[in-house]
Amino acid sequence: MTGVDALLLALGALAVGSAVLVVTTRHLVRAGLYLVVCLGAVAGMYLVLTAELVAWVQVLIYVGAVVVLLLFAVMLTRAPVGASDDLDRPGWPAALIGGGVGLGLAALLVDAYRWTTVELPEAGSAERIGAQVFGSWVLPFEVLSVLLLSALVGAIVLSRPDIGSAGADRSAGDGPATEDRERSR
Amino acid sequence: MRPVIPYVTAALLFGLGVYGVLRRRNAVLVLMAVELMLNAVNLILITADTTVQAVLPHGGQVFALFVIVLAAAEIGVGLAIVLQLYRMRADVAVDRIPLSEQPEGQR
Repeated sequence: MTGVDALLLALGALAVGSAVLVVTTRHLVRAGLYLVVCLGAVAGMYLVLTAELVAWVQVLIYVGAVVVLLLFAVMLTRAPVGASDDLDRPGWPAALIGGGVGLGLAALLVDAYRWTTVELPEAGSAERIGAQVFGSWVLPFEVLSVLLLSALVGAIVLSRPDIGSAGADRSAGDGPATEDRERSR
Repeated sequence: MRPVIPYVTAALLFGLGVYGVLRRRNAVLVLMAVELMLNAVNLILITADTTVQAVLPHGGQVFALFVIVLAAAEIGVGLAIVLQLYRMRADVAVDRIPLSEQPEGQR
């Protein structure tokens, strides 16, 4: 076992441990903060696996934007600050299906790779990934930009009370929350 | 580098995400669990990119970038829907939404 393996093992244990806390904690805000730890550990694994650009994009977009947006939603839905008891459904089926999926996939991948070793390739720096994105993958990239624009427009239409046929009889007190949300994006 | 370590990590993260989606009642927590699943997929893609020598180099990392963009779009629209639901019902519990009735004043 080399240093790379030890690092991957430590970061993986950190990611899985904080993911367990995300799905089991009874504090809404703490779930978001454990999600930051989990996503940061996964970004560290990307760095060890030589995916530099993806690691920094992960930190920027996931830890920087997505988690902040989730915490905004937690606060805008007036979630209680302390522990709350009604976050979970009674769930043996959930444990059964989730455990089955996770352990099944893990068994499949362990069976496929055993304890083999591979050499790490050269690092996926911004220059190389950029050449790939704007070379071989330029059409999916452009389609993705159209999808992002349509998602943006859809989110604005959904959250503005004065657009659409349902907006006429909604109360006017919703305004500030909506504007906050839009600004947070 | 032993690829089995990140692969097993990704599988366990995906299983935890499935568990969270099925178990959680609060819609924001369901979205957090969806993020866990998307991250597991990204980890699989990155690990496969370093493990498998493909014709196009770094295809897995490019795909992971695309998945990150899709996750950002998903979280934007998803949170807009959740906040709209909170405005209509003052509640974001996913199992207390009456799907059979038409709410008053809404379509």
